[in-house]
Amino acid sequence: MVVREKFEHELRGVQEQFLKLSNLAITTLNKSIDALLNHDVDAALSIIENDIHINRMEEEINDRVILLLAKQQPVATDLRRLIVLLKAAHDMERVGDYAVNIAKENIRIGKADFVSPIKNIEEMRSKTITMLTEVMKAFIEENIEDARKIAELDDQVDQLYGQTIQQLLKVGAENPHMLSQVTQLSFVCRYLERSADHATNIAEQLFYLVKGRHYELNN
Amino acid sequence: MVQLNVNNKKTTSEITGNQETTNSNIVYDTRQLNLWYGNHHALKNIDLAIKENEVTAIIGPSGCGKSTYIKTLNRMVELVPSVKTSGEIIYRDRNIFDADYGVEELRTKVGMVFQKPNPFPKSIFDNIAYGPRIHGIKNKKTLDDIVEQSLRGAAIWDEVKDRLNENAYGLSGGQQQRICIARALAIEPDVILMDEPTSALDPISTLKVEELVQELKQNYSIIIVTHNMQQAARISDQTAFFLNGEVIEFDKTDTIFSTPSDKRTEDYISGRFG
Repeated sequence: MVVREKFEHELRGVQEQFLKLSNLAITTLNKSIDALLNHDVDAALSIIENDIHINRMEEEINDRVILLLAKQQPVATDLRRLIVLLKAAHDMERVGDYAVNIAKENIRIGKADFVSPIKNIEEMRSKTITMLTEVMKAFIEENIEDARKIAELDDQVDQLYGQTIQQLLKVGAENPHMLSQVTQLSFVCRYLERSADHATNIAEQLFYLVKGRHYELNN
Repeated sequence: MVQLNVNNKKTTSEITGNQETTNSNIVYDTRQLNLWYGNHHALKNIDLAIKENEVTAIIGPSGCGKSTYIKTLNRMVELVPSVKTSGEIIYRDRNIFDADYGVEELRTKVGMVFQKPNPFPKSIFDNIAYGPRIHGIKNKKTLDDIVEQSLRGAAIWDEVKDRLNENAYGLSGGQQQRICIARALAIEPDVILMDEPTSALDPISTLKVEELVQELKQNYSIIIVTHNMQQAARISDQTAFFLNGEVIEFDKTDTIFSTPSDKRTEDYISGRFG
């Protein structure tokens, strides 16, 4: 039995790179909320500066996948595995971008007290981080059952997002002078909600990898 | 002018006059074909319905029976001593194993191109005119037309039109193979069998032959055995995967190379055995 050792070896290398990228993106997103909650502008600046590392890791994955495609010409599941890796890496890179966006909102808010309770934001963060971490594991293990559970969590994040925006709008309507921070916190919620969507995207890609068909998991 | 296009092909239903026939676009219908070389069971219960005006690729590891199968389609396999077959191969509504089916008649309709280009040691013109002459065509003008049309059909006319009287051995391997394809076209076949037609060619010649196959399928049904997986993926409409004398999977090429249903097919096309 020929096992295409070279291909398997290179593929494992790209998967490890994806894990590194994912871990970095997830940690950065988490730190961006920590920094926000602590009004830590220095931490926010550091997140913005370090985003280049996440971008470079994605570019490196792209380059390695292109080389593998050109040199090994995989088909069927192997081909989907590489294409899906590319897309998942892009999803994780976007999560890094949202962390940067949150850091920028943090800098705009500065040391000002929050105009609204931020319990919902913390809860959204917690669920989003869980989704991203679990989808990363499911992706590497190619476990579609876990991927389905992750997509279910997305509904909870969406619901929290809706509730939180309603609350913020109410605060804004009652306190027009706080509208600026209301907008900034709304954006933060939006970035968390979008990050959770990217976790769902990865779960859907995993279904495509395993089943060879496209699935919508968040309907 | 002799037209090589087989536009007047009849479908099975037209030939039989049976409106109920559902396989009207099937050119070759193999039913429960078994073949033995002595005691070696080389083909096992093959069922394959090959559609007309399509390229059907036969893939599989060495010794899987793919070349044996293609050589059975024009009964070339009978040249091997101690061959025994059972089952049927229905070509255009007739079983080619019928006692009264003349092998010459079959091979007039089913041309073949081999792995290694095998032109005759004659001029380019005589290579192409060889078949038509055997079939009794003597008129110079008719032969000229057939040669030109065949060479054009094989996408080599422009390269050889000024040297038709030169020996075909003087051509490159890729050109020789296209001469062989032109020679097959000259007898106006219905089906062209190709047994690894590009395995001895360089990449550019391979590409030319592949492009030619794409053009030829408009007028002919093509069955191609290839070891080159990417070639099968590039040029065929249907792909059959053979393993140990059996057809493991036969489906649209798009399906075989994206979501094959049998793990053995996936392992083979992914290069995990063979």
